[in-house]
Amino acid sequence: MMASSYNAKEEDGHHSGSSTHGGTGAPKNKKPDNTAFKQQRLPAWQPILTAGTVLPAFFVIGLIFIPIGIGLYVTSNNIKEYEVDYTGVEPNSPCYDCANSFTWNSTTPCVCTVNFTLTQPFESNVYMYYGLSNFYQNHRRYVKSRDDSQLNGVQSSLTNPSKECKPYLTNPETKLPIAPCGAIANSLFNDTLELYYSQPDGNTSKVTLVKRGIAWYTDKNVKFRNPGNDKDNLTERFKGTAKPVNWLKPVYELDPSDPENNGFINEDFIVWMRTAALPTFRKLYRIIQKKPDSTPTLASGKYVLKITYNYPVRSFDGRKRMILSTISWMGGKNPFLGIAYITVGSICFFLGVVLLIIHQKYDTRSNSADIPN
Amino acid sequence: WLRHFCNFGGDEGRVHSRTIYVGHKSCPPNEAYIPPKFCDNRIVSSKYTVWNFLPKNLFEQFRRIANFYFLIIFLVQVIVDTPTSPVTSGLPLFFVITVTAIKQGYEDWLRHKADREVNEYRVSVLEDGRRIRKMSAKIKVGDILEVEEDETFPCDLILLQSSRDDGTCFVTTASLDGESNHKVRCTATHLQLLSLGPENLLLKGANLKNTQKICGVAVYTGMETKMALNYQGKSQKRSAVEKSINAFLLVYLFILVSKALVCTTLKYVWQSKHDETWYNEKTQKEKETNQYLKMFTDFLSFMVLFNFIIPVSMYVTVEMQKFLGSFFITWDKDFFDPEIQEGALVNTSDLNEELGQVEYIFTDKTGTLTQNNMEFIECCIDGFQYKHGDGSSETYFDKKEELFLRALCLCHTVQKEMGFIASSPDEIALVKGAMRYGFTFLGLESKNMKILNRNKDVETYELLHVLNFDPVRRRMSVMVRSKTDRRRFSVVTFFSLSVQEGYRTLCVAYKHLSAQEYARADADLREARLALQDREEKLMAVYNRVETDMILIGATAVEDQLQDEAAQTMEALQGAGMKVWVLTGDKMETAKSTCYACGLFKKNTELLELTLRTLEDGGRSREERLHDLLLEYHKKAVQDAPPVKLGITRLKLASGHDYGFIIDGASLSMVLSSSSEPNSRRYKNLFLQICQNCTSVLCCRMAPLQKAQIVKLVKNSKGNPITLSIGDGANDVSMILEAHVGIGIKGKEGRQAVKNSDYAIPKLKHLKKLLLAHGHLYYVRIAHLVQYFFYKNLCFILPQFLYQFFCGYSQQPLYDAAYLTMYNICFTSMPILAYSLLEQHICIEVLLEHSTLYRDIAKNAMLRWKLFLYWTALGIFHGLVFFFGVRFLFSNPALQDNGQVFGNWSYGTIVFTVLVFTVTLKLALDTRHWTWINHFVIWGSLAFYVFFSFFWGGIIWPFLKHQRLYFVFANMLSSVSAWLVIILLIILSLLPEILLVVLRKPRGPHARQVTLNCTAGDPQSPQSPARPLLTRTFSDESNTVI
Repeated sequence: MMASSYNAKEEDGHHSGSSTHGGTGAPKNKKPDNTAFKQQRLPAWQPILTAGTVLPAFFVIGLIFIPIGIGLYVTSNNIKEYEVDYTGVEPNSPCYDCANSFTWNSTTPCVCTVNFTLTQPFESNVYMYYGLSNFYQNHRRYVKSRDDSQLNGVQSSLTNPSKECKPYLTNPETKLPIAPCGAIANSLFNDTLELYYSQPDGNTSKVTLVKRGIAWYTDKNVKFRNPGNDKDNLTERFKGTAKPVNWLKPVYELDPSDPENNGFINEDFIVWMRTAALPTFRKLYRIIQKKPDSTPTLASGKYVLKITYNYPVRSFDGRKRMILSTISWMGGKNPFLGIAYITVGSICFFLGVVLLIIHQKYDTRSNSADIPN
Repeated sequence: WLRHFCNFGGDEGRVHSRTIYVGHKSCPPNEAYIPPKFCDNRIVSSKYTVWNFLPKNLFEQFRRIANFYFLIIFLVQVIVDTPTSPVTSGLPLFFVITVTAIKQGYEDWLRHKADREVNEYRVSVLEDGRRIRKMSAKIKVGDILEVEEDETFPCDLILLQSSRDDGTCFVTTASLDGESNHKVRCTATHLQLLSLGPENLLLKGANLKNTQKICGVAVYTGMETKMALNYQGKSQKRSAVEKSINAFLLVYLFILVSKALVCTTLKYVWQSKHDETWYNEKTQKEKETNQYLKMFTDFLSFMVLFNFIIPVSMYVTVEMQKFLGSFFITWDKDFFDPEIQEGALVNTSDLNEELGQVEYIFTDKTGTLTQNNMEFIECCIDGFQYKHGDGSSETYFDKKEELFLRALCLCHTVQKEMGFIASSPDEIALVKGAMRYGFTFLGLESKNMKILNRNKDVETYELLHVLNFDPVRRRMSVMVRSKTDRRRFSVVTFFSLSVQEGYRTLCVAYKHLSAQEYARADADLREARLALQDREEKLMAVYNRVETDMILIGATAVEDQLQDEAAQTMEALQGAGMKVWVLTGDKMETAKSTCYACGLFKKNTELLELTLRTLEDGGRSREERLHDLLLEYHKKAVQDAPPVKLGITRLKLASGHDYGFIIDGASLSMVLSSSSEPNSRRYKNLFLQICQNCTSVLCCRMAPLQKAQIVKLVKNSKGNPITLSIGDGANDVSMILEAHVGIGIKGKEGRQAVKNSDYAIPKLKHLKKLLLAHGHLYYVRIAHLVQYFFYKNLCFILPQFLYQFFCGYSQQPLYDAAYLTMYNICFTSMPILAYSLLEQHICIEVLLEHSTLYRDIAKNAMLRWKLFLYWTALGIFHGLVFFFGVRFLFSNPALQDNGQVFGNWSYGTIVFTVLVFTVTLKLALDTRHWTWINHFVIWGSLAFYVFFSFFWGGIIWPFLKHQRLYFVFANMLSSVSAWLVIILLIILSLLPEILLVVLRKPRGPHARQVTLNCTAGDPQSPQSPARPLLTRTFSDESNTVI
C-alpha cells in the first residue's frame, strides 16, 4: 500500500570499537554510549505517502466498500418492519379515550385495540418492539437514578439504597426503601401488548409472544440478581421494601408465572433499565418465534393489537409505538449503513480515478523533464 | 588592628562603605562601633530546601495559569454536583503536579550538589597566626585567607601580602570577564591612605597566577561578592512554543466557555418547554435551590463536562517530552569532545524547541569563533615572503632579516616565566615565531631584555620606554638601548588589516635615535606621564612625535586559529537563514580578520564602519558625524537594497550586494544613549535597520553589558526574533542570559558561561548539529505534539457537546468516567510521546546537509494560526463524523442479530472506540519515522484500549456505584453493525487526511531531494518511491488541473 523503505542505519563502529573502548576507558568516562537509541539512529521504517502508493488504497477501499454497502442496503431493505402508533393523540384513533382518561390511581386498566394489516408475510423470527418518542431516558438525572448494587442483589443496598435514587428512594408514606429504587425503575414501561391474527376465516388467534431472550445475557445472568437466598420465597426476599410509587404491583409480582423471570431478573425490567441513547428509541418487547413448519411467522393479513393502556406519554408530548420487525445479521432495519458505505466507497473510487488520471498525465511529463538532469 | 574603608561607587547593591576588622581584632573601646552583620560565604543557588519544597513548589506550580485552572475545575467537581466525578480531573492533575515536582526537585537537587561543592571547598584561613583549613562557606568578612598559586579566590579579597618581592600578584579573571591575560594586583601596603582601588581587590572566581601564595582579607563574602551579584536575576526563559500554547489555550478556553454558555442557555430554553416530567422528577434539593444559583452551577457543570477540551495532560507530556528529549543532546556522541572528555550539557530542557527557531546568533569571538591561540604564519621582510616551515631551513640571513627578528623579540610586553605570558596572545605568537627563526627572547630582568640570537650569543637591551598600544594610534613601540653599542633603537609595530586570508598583519618598522633625540623624547615622555591635565593628549602627542620617520623592515602575519570547522559552521548557519553577529571585546582589527577568516565577511562584502575612527574623520563633532554616517549607511543598506522576501533573503543577497556592519563599543553607546530622547530612538531604529539588512554584523570593543544591550535591542525589535548567544567566558554571561537561548562553550576560560547557559557544547562546530538537527527536530516534534493534543481533545469533547442536544442539556456524559479519565492518560498519550521523542520527518544527515531546511520552520511556522485552524477544523470534522455517524446508526438501536438493543453507554463506547482508533491512526499517518518503539506504542495503545475495555466491562466492580460498562464493549463487538460503523467512520475520518498528505505541496525546494536522500542507500528497494510526488506536479501545474 505504501511506498516504504527500510532504512536500517548501521550503528557505525559499534560492534568492533566499543567493547575494547569500554575496557580502557577511565572509570569516569563520560563519552556517550554509541547505541542506536541514544544516537537517534534506531532502524526505522520511513513510509512515504505518494499518489502512486495511495492510489491502490483508494481503489481497494472503493472496491470493498461498494459491495459491502450494496449488501447492507439490500439486507436492510429485505428486513420487514411494521409500525403502529397507538398513542391516541388524534380523536379518531382507537386509544384516544384511554389516553385522555388516564389517571394514576385508576384500578381498572384501560384497554384499546388497534387493527392493522400486514401486506407481506414476516418470515423467520419476528421481534416486537415498543417505541417511545420524546422520552428522555438519557437525561442525566434519570440515568444516574438507579442503584446497580441493589439490582445486583446486595442485601445492604436493598434496604439502604444509594442516595442517587432520590427522589425515588423511599416511599413517602411508609418510609420504606423502594426496591428497585430510582427514576428509571419507577418509570418502567407497563403497557401490555397482545397480538391477535384475524384469520381469513374470521377467527382470531392469539400470536404467541415469547418474553424470554429479550435482555442481554450478561445482564440477565450476572448484573441483575434477586436479593437473598434462592430457596426463599421471592416475596420474603423483598420484605421490608416498598414498590416503586408508579408501579401497580411490587417487583416480585412482575411475572408470577415464571420464577426465572421475576423480581429484578424480569427481562422487561432489565431491558427498561438499559437506558436508551436518544430520546426516540425502541426497546425489545417480545419475540415471535418462527414456526417449525415453513409457514411464515406472521402471515400477511389482518391483525389486532390489544393494548392495556397504562403508560402516560401525553403529558410530555410523547409517542408510543409498537414495531414488528424481522432481523438480519446486521440487526434491525437501518438503511444508513448501506448508504454510507456506498457513498464512501464511491467517493474513494472516484478520487482514485481522478488521482489516477492526474498521476498518469503528469507522471509522464515530469519523467521527461527529469531526463535532461 | 587595621581598618578598611572600601569605596566602590556605582556597584549596585553593594554597600558604599564598609568597615572591616582584619582578623577580627576587637575594636578599641574608645570607638563606638557596632560590628555590622555580614553574610557568610555560603553560595545558594538552589530554590528549595527539604522543608519548604512542598509548599513552595506547589505554590509555584499553581501560579501557572493552566494548573490553577485545573485546580479550580477539580474544586468545582468536589463542591458542585457535576456530571463527572472529581477523580476524572483530579487524577490527571495530581499526575501533572507530581511529575513536575519530581522534575523540579531533581533539578534543585543538582543545584544543591553544585552549591555544596563550592561551599565545602577547603580554604586556608589564618587565625591567630595559625593556619586553619576551613570550608569555604564558613569564611567571614575580616578573615585573613591564604591562597596558593592556581587556586581560585573563594570570596572578594583585599590583597595584603604577596610572596612576590614587588608586592604584586598576578590574577586571571578568565572566569569572570573572559580575559585570559594576567593582571597585576598590588598589595594594600599603604593602608594609611585609606584608599583602596580595584588594583587591590581580588575578586571571587579569579585565579592566582605566577605567585606562590598571597594573603588577603575577606571583604565581601557569599551572596555579596561581585560574582554572586552578577548572577542574580537569571530569569526563567520561556520558549515561543509555550507562548503559542498559551494563545491556543485562550482560544480553547473561549470555545469551552461558549460551549458551556450555549448549553446553559439552551438548557433553560428547553426546560421552559419540557417542564419536569412525571418520570424524571427533580429532587427536593433541586427544587429548593435558587434559580440563579442553579443556572450558575449548571454553567459550572457544563464547564466541568467539557473541560477535557483543555488538555491537562498536554502539560505533562510537554514537560516529559522536553525533559526526556533533552537527553538526546547529552547522549549525542557527535558532541563529545575527546580533548576535554565531555559531551554536551543541558541546563534547561525548556528551550529545546527554541533551538529550531533561532534567527539571530550572537557569538563571542575569542574562544568561541577562535581558539584564542595565535600562531605565527608568515612574515615578509624587505619584500620577500617567508612562510613558516621553510624558515627553519638554514638559509643565509642578511642584516635586514636579523634586524626584523630582533625587532620581533624586543617590541612586546611579554614576560617569560615558565613559558610566555602576555596581555595579548599575538605578542606571544610573534615572540615564538621569532624563536623559530633562531631569535629567542630570554626574558626581562630589571629592565634588561635578553635575546639569544642565531649565533647563540646573548644580546642584552635596556628597555627604556614602552609606548603602549592603543586602538586609535594602532601601534605600539618600545625604546631600547643595546648594551653593546649603546645606540638607541626604537621599534615600532603597528597593525594593518590583511583582507586576504584573515591573518592579523603587523608591520615592523624601526628608527635609530641619537643621544640628543632620545634625551628629548625621554624628557617629553616623562613630562607627559606626570602631567596632571590632559595626560592622554599629551602622551599621544609625544608618541606621535617619536613614531615618525620610521624605516619599514617587514610585516608579520599572525593567525588567530579558528575553531574547528568555524567557517563551515557559520556558512551553514547563514544558509539556514540565521544572521550571525560577532560581539567581542577585542580590537576591531583582530575581530575583523576573524570575520573574514570564518567567512562572515566575504571579499565582496561592503563594510559599513561605525567606529571611533570613522567618527573622528572629517573633523566635525562626533554627534554630527554619527548622524550623517547612520543616515548614509541606512540609505545604502536599507533604502537602496531591493526589497527582499523572507525566506529567500540569503540567496538573493548573495547575488546582490552584501553588506557587513562594524560598530565599536564607544559608537554603540553613542547610538544607544544619544543626548536627546527622540534622536536616540531614531538612531536605535536606524542602527537596527542597518544591522538587519546586513549579512553579518561585527561589534567590537564591547563591554559585557553592551553585549547584553545589543541582544536586548534585537530581541525587542520588530517581530521579536529569537536570539541565541554563544560564548565561553564570563564576559559573555550577560548576553547568554539575555538571549532567548544561551549557549556556553566548554572552553578554556572557566565554567561561568557554561553554568549560566541553557545548553553547553564543547566546540563551536557542534552548534550546527545542535541547531540544524536537534533544534529542527525538537521544534517539529513539539509543534506537532501541541497541535495534536488540541486536536485530539477537541474531537474527544465535541461529541460530548453534541450529545447535550439529544439529552435535554442535562450534562449527561457521553463516555464513561473511566474513558474520560483514561483517554488522555493511557489511551492516546504514549503514541504522541513516542512520536515527540523519536520523530525524524527528515533524517539527521539530510538536515545537516541542507541547512536551508531550517528556514521551513522559521518564525514558528508549524504553530501559525493557519495551521492551528486546520487542526481545529480537522478536530471538528472528526468530532462531527464520530457523533453523527453513530447517531444515524442509532436511529434504530436494534443492532444485534438477536434483536436486542443498545443503550446510551453502547453509544458512547462506539464513539469512543472510533475516536481512539482514529486519533491514534491519524498520528500513525503523520509518523514518518517508524522505529520499533513507535510500532510498539501505537499498536500497543490500541491493543491496550481493547484489552482495558474488555477488562473494565468484564467484572462487576465492587467499588463502583454504577456498573455502566458491564459487558458493553463485548456486546458492541458482537454486533456486526457496530464493527461496520467503526471501520467506516475511521476510514471516513482519515480520508481527507490521506488525500491532503498526497496533495500537500512538498515543503521547500529540497523536499524532493530529501526524499531521495532519505531513501538512498537502501538495499531493499533500490527503485525508491521517489517517484515525483503527484503533489509536485499538482503544485506546479495546479492552474491547469484545477
